[in-house]
Amino acid sequence: MCPDSSEIEGLKRKDLLGVLELEKEEIELILNTAVSFKEILERPIKVVPYLRGKTVAFLFFEPSTRTLNSFSLAARRLSCDSVSVSASSSSVLKGETLLDTAKNLEAMKLNFVVVRHSSPGAPHILAKNLTSSVINAGDGSHEHPTQALLDLLTIKEHFAKFEGLKVLIVGDIEHSRVARSDIWGMKKLGMDVSVCGPPTLIPRDIEKMGVRVYYNLKEAIENKDIIYVLRIQKERQKRGLFPSTREYINLYSITEEVLEKYARRDVVIMHPGPVNRGIEIVPSVADGTRSLILPQVTNGVAVRMACFYLLPGGKRDKREERGEG
Amino acid sequence: MAKLIIKNARVIDPFTDTDDTFDILIEGERVKGVRGKREERRGKREKGKMINAKGLWVIPGLIDIHTHLREPGREDEETILSGTMSALKGGYQAVVCMANTEPPVDNIGIVRYIQEAEKVCDVYPVGAVTKGLKGTELSEIGDLVDAGCVAVSDDGMPIMDSFIMRRALEYCKQFDIPVISHAEDLNLSPGVMNEGIVSTELGLSGIPSCAEEAMIARDILLAKFTKSRLHIAHISTKGSVELIRRAKKEGVNVTCEATPHHFSLTDECVRGFDTNYRINPPLRTEVDRKAIIEGLLDDTIDAIATDHAPHADFEKELEFDQAPSGVIGLETAFACGITYLVKPGFVDIKQLLRKFTLNPAKIFSLPVKGISTGEYANLAIVDPAREWIPQRFLSKSKNSPFIGKNLYGKVLCTLYRGRVYEWKD
Repeated sequence: MCPDSSEIEGLKRKDLLGVLELEKEEIELILNTAVSFKEILERPIKVVPYLRGKTVAFLFFEPSTRTLNSFSLAARRLSCDSVSVSASSSSVLKGETLLDTAKNLEAMKLNFVVVRHSSPGAPHILAKNLTSSVINAGDGSHEHPTQALLDLLTIKEHFAKFEGLKVLIVGDIEHSRVARSDIWGMKKLGMDVSVCGPPTLIPRDIEKMGVRVYYNLKEAIENKDIIYVLRIQKERQKRGLFPSTREYINLYSITEEVLEKYARRDVVIMHPGPVNRGIEIVPSVADGTRSLILPQVTNGVAVRMACFYLLPGGKRDKREERGEG
Repeated sequence: MAKLIIKNARVIDPFTDTDDTFDILIEGERVKGVRGKREERRGKREKGKMINAKGLWVIPGLIDIHTHLREPGREDEETILSGTMSALKGGYQAVVCMANTEPPVDNIGIVRYIQEAEKVCDVYPVGAVTKGLKGTELSEIGDLVDAGCVAVSDDGMPIMDSFIMRRALEYCKQFDIPVISHAEDLNLSPGVMNEGIVSTELGLSGIPSCAEEAMIARDILLAKFTKSRLHIAHISTKGSVELIRRAKKEGVNVTCEATPHHFSLTDECVRGFDTNYRINPPLRTEVDRKAIIEGLLDDTIDAIATDHAPHADFEKELEFDQAPSGVIGLETAFACGITYLVKPGFVDIKQLLRKFTLNPAKIFSLPVKGISTGEYANLAIVDPAREWIPQRFLSKSKNSPFIGKNLYGKVLCTLYRGRVYEWKD
């Protein structure tokens, strides 16, 4: 079934900057909308005209293929025009500030700006200075809301509930925007969240976010419904966070043996991608029956379609004009 | 000579230990008389311009012992003239300016440059501890002191080499000036805000409290061992207050200062990514803020200093982790003291004023006197009840963390050497 635009109230906010500020009801609205969009992705002609005449700009200051492709596909499925604004280096190096970029984008009269940036808060600067809807596609180690939303959709599909589910997030929590957005989203939906990794990769005071902290993987994975494995981001690591990849693998890699021995039999494995095979997770687990990694990717497109659809696409709400849907 | 009478003022002056209603007679640059009610009736009527200060406070001009005037080098951010105008508007009569200009104050030439520049209040330069602020080789401190420097500091940069710090402390004993420590172990502080739950949630890299405390502990040990004078700039953590409190009890010759933003604001402010909260040392937690107030209360913290650090708009309008650290403070400091310390009842106005005037003068042996006959008429008239919202500044920069905040206590008028500056907005 396709969402009927006359029935669905959009999000009240202009921008999607993080999961922290989303109400539980807003998360549920996005997920429900995404579920109905998944049906479109199964059709022979995978396009609907909901966003015809609208334009999205992709502003990626950091390399990304997966997220960019997913957003790009989502826009296309909704008949939304897109333009990639080249932003290969950081704005500072270019000599143009982010504020200049914002002013230029504003002059282009866009409906959406999807931004990825290495600095936490960069999308917030754009949001403040643009009338377009800004979607955060990852800002430094801060948030990556659409990733969390697609993760939640994947969990919803597999378990048909959130309340009481126990999830363990394993790896480089310190540098992970995915971990932060997931923690907020999962907590809001009533899940029990723990994190595990070497103490050097667990940020200070994270317990105050309402999560349990483990250093020992074997203890940590016991009785969990979901193990969410993070990529060990080599590019972000400063020296001295752990002695070697070899030792990291020994202590924290998710392997068949560890799962057999310590995890529930029905545990599922998730990962935001791209996977470092043989490092944070072994290939047989990543590709195995417990893995939800590929459904995550499919859900990414649906969730991003829902976000485009539900956000106003500019300060003036033109939803009424879109009644033809 | 031009005469001025300030009538019915509540004169609060830590230098003379005064808090009473007086009339102040000013002639030319100096105070000609300070008279109570009874004396006035007996004395003859003075002619001249009159300011009725009923309901207002008259206080000695404040002294800021931590100002960045940016000239020479970054005149687009502040000049000695604009910086001293900003100071004057904040009720100051003197600022002690830091050495990290471009080029830095590590030779007599730059000291002279600062002394000869156009200005509207007193400026006391601080010399660099090390040549080029590089932390490796002592500057010619004797020369600098001789030219008029009141202390030495590499402020902005810590002296990471403990051996150099030891030698600096020892060497300065002959001049009886303090070495000012910008306490920050750079190996521990690669971040952009306080390390804690807020930095964790925002994904911003943290500056741990121990980065400051480790160096304060080191400097206290060095000052104790060498029996020299140490002044610690802008302390921001509970642990720092505790270290200094203990050192003072043990008789170590250490003084310290805290900034208005560290007793007024916390790291929670960073949540909106506003770069006017990007400061070094960073805004800390509520626990630290309370400890700073405690430290001011029990005189562990001797002085309130602004760390006035002007930055150009185009620099502050960057991403939070790309923007430079620092905020301006001269025009809001005293109001912060009233708003965040006096109004909630933590300190009384006399104690607050000591931190703004008498103690700073003592630490740097400045030739500043209070409001008394024969002295320069350097004073401020304050409306303690006036509520205002900082918007516009005389500083060339406007990177204030207090823009849009409700403050109490407004400097209405500043007198420097008898000259009256009235502040309209």
